[in-house]
Amino acid sequence: MTQSIAKFLIWMGALSTIAVMILILFQILKEGLPVLHLRFFLDSPKNMGREGGIFSTIIGTMALTGVAILFGAPLGVGTAVFLREFTRESKISRVIRFGTDCLAGVPSIIFGLFGFVFFVIQLNMGWSILSGGLTLAAMILPTVISTSEESIRAIPPSYREVSYSLGGTKWQTITRVVLPSALPGIFTGILLSIGRSIGETAAVILTAGSSLVMPTSLFSPIRTMSVHFYILAREGISMEMAYGTGAALILLVLMINMMAQWLINRYIRHRT
Amino acid sequence: MQANSKASLWFLTLILILLTLGCQRSKAGITVAGSTSVEPFAGLLAEEYMSRHPESHIYVQGGGSTAGIEAVITRAAKIGMSSRNLIGEEKKLYTVTIAKDAIAIIVNSKNPIQDLSLNQIREVFAGNIKSWDKLGGASHPIILVTREEGSGTREAFQKFVMGKEDISLEALVQDSNGAVRQVVASNPNAIGYISLGLVNNQIKALKISGVEPNLTDIENGKYTLVRPFLFVFNEEPVGEAKSFLEFVLSPLAQKMLFKEGLVPVLAKIAQE
Amino acid sequence: MPVKEKIIEKIFLLIALSSITILALITFFIFEEGLPLILKIGPKAFLLGERWIPSKGAFGIFPMIASSFWVTSGALLLGIPLGLACTIFLTELIPPSIGILLRPAIQLLAAIPSVIYGFWGLIVLVPLIQNYLGGPGLSILAGSLVLSFMILPTIITISEDSLKALPPSYKAGALALGATHWQTIWRVLIPAARSGIVASIILGMGRAIGETMAMIMILGNAVKMPTSFLDSARTLTTNIGIEMGYASGDHRQALFATGIVLFFIIMALNTLAIFLSRRRVH
Repeated sequence: MTQSIAKFLIWMGALSTIAVMILILFQILKEGLPVLHLRFFLDSPKNMGREGGIFSTIIGTMALTGVAILFGAPLGVGTAVFLREFTRESKISRVIRFGTDCLAGVPSIIFGLFGFVFFVIQLNMGWSILSGGLTLAAMILPTVISTSEESIRAIPPSYREVSYSLGGTKWQTITRVVLPSALPGIFTGILLSIGRSIGETAAVILTAGSSLVMPTSLFSPIRTMSVHFYILAREGISMEMAYGTGAALILLVLMINMMAQWLINRYIRHRT
Repeated sequence: MQANSKASLWFLTLILILLTLGCQRSKAGITVAGSTSVEPFAGLLAEEYMSRHPESHIYVQGGGSTAGIEAVITRAAKIGMSSRNLIGEEKKLYTVTIAKDAIAIIVNSKNPIQDLSLNQIREVFAGNIKSWDKLGGASHPIILVTREEGSGTREAFQKFVMGKEDISLEALVQDSNGAVRQVVASNPNAIGYISLGLVNNQIKALKISGVEPNLTDIENGKYTLVRPFLFVFNEEPVGEAKSFLEFVLSPLAQKMLFKEGLVPVLAKIAQE
Repeated sequence: MPVKEKIIEKIFLLIALSSITILALITFFIFEEGLPLILKIGPKAFLLGERWIPSKGAFGIFPMIASSFWVTSGALLLGIPLGLACTIFLTELIPPSIGILLRPAIQLLAAIPSVIYGFWGLIVLVPLIQNYLGGPGLSILAGSLVLSFMILPTIITISEDSLKALPPSYKAGALALGATHWQTIWRVLIPAARSGIVASIILGMGRAIGETMAMIMILGNAVKMPTSFLDSARTLTTNIGIEMGYASGDHRQALFATGIVLFFIIMALNTLAIFLSRRRVH
């Protein structure tokens, strides 16, 4: 008896959760998809966002994410390599892991404060793609580290042993055996980080500014898609534009994550 | 692709980026930062200016009057936008009034109230009058909406309306004129204050003791909630900044501002 | 050769120290900017003061601490039961084939930017609350509801991992002893996975406390002590977010000081979660 009631409640709970989630996405996509024609993507915002498209914000998003990956990926993969290839469980590795775990928990507004006082003011980079990108790089670091570590760990020790027995150095083993095999997993981690960077708003506003103009260099301020969406939504400048930007955001993030999922599946199937 | 060449590719890209960084530090273009009240108008004028001078880049962003003034002092921005007069240390900067703006007290369009006295408005925002029926409306609680601390608009409101009294801590706080307008537009019991230039048909601007916030009554001084929109510089502007300033003060630009709801001011320069 | 190997190892060591370096930098700068103000007005006045009026030099953040607590509690109140329900649903109540479909779907939901959730809250929840429950609509209730959905993926994924990590003998044994499916779930499996589930809740809590953008959009940001779920409120995060752009001098320092408090709370929560989840491995 209790079992039926309990199971019923669980079904209700789970189904209503799924229903609400679908509702949320549906609402935005329903209003937003009609707005997404080619001009929307290729035109820059005009009239403070009331008209035109979102081109400059797309470029801004790409630039910011690009800088974040450029700095975050090597640092993250390098850390993972160090943890897996150069040490056993030791004081150093514990400290590094602690640092990484803590960093993963820092809220984005704190990153924003840090990025503002460090990159924008202290290093005098101003509100720029660089300031925003470097801040984002710090934010994605833990994700890249843990996914890279996972994939490196999954490589059988035999791979390395074969390499050594054939006379390979450590460096050669890492670059020619370990990393290439771990690449799909590493790439997945990078994809997930890209997805996170795209959706990041708080830290970006404080470090990259909110200018709608096409950037000319890494030191130009820029508005990303999620910042544009936030501003449009709050100021009621144009509901149509807001929905459109929101829909574009959702589609972009979904696409990236689905790619990551597909990679995970293929990778796991490939391994077993 | 060999892992080694991949690593070298990373390196090469990094070096390229660093080179680009070095060369681009002196980016073309100027940053205009500050008051979110001035921002949409500055943005509009920047768009117009850039369409006439295709090689120039003007990056407009918000942050608030105080932040904008500070950005000028720290040289993070070339031009600062302020919707309040400079105080204390700030007075050493070079300022130019580019327009005048009135603050409108707004209520929801469904609200039957048309007119309030300055006293009544003060008492309402201080939290002493809590219900609409004390003002001749229905017996619903008054929902206050204010701008955040540090906003030039709020400071002007504080100075002109509140005097020594504090704005009630119960008030909802929004961080831009547009957001305040949104809240008032969607809540029949809300009252707030925004830049007159941003009043649209979603909300209603109140008369103050019979005086309407229109151009005539602002110019003849009957409507007193008027504040200057300032461009702030470190010193007398030269080059691109000067060119943009001259454009902003030109009849064409001033006419644009007037169309948007501001009070134009031709060639009125204040050097503190 | 060994020299070259040594150099390579050192380079990798340097790279690996980046995360702890960044953490140190963040801590340093936040404290450098915020600590002077806390010392200036005294920790008690700062943490327990109930009035936040920067223009008059009043920097009490107690209302913000209380509001963060209210909003997070509300989110957990809804998030924990729903999260547990979904976890049990995924692991025990549906055939594995559907599970393969649903699990990626949850990951996808976790990736949706918070501003989208905030927007939905603004468009749908706020008017609903305003019209049917009263108050301005921009309220703690709206914030809690939206937050609970945002932390669901965290709770679900980690709890699910803990349940899956249990030895199959637990379930087989319980059933063999005559327990019903539900009894097995509720009295054997869940308690066994307890520390992982608690860890997931704590991490969810950390995420809830740290959320900014969606909260700015739907909480209303009034600076007062909350007295009901229908009240508008301002959390530690939104306090920083909404005034950061405009602040200077003491005001800005006070915002960094708010960041310090936030930092402490989240670090404490996360360390607790790490500790709990490491323990469960045994």
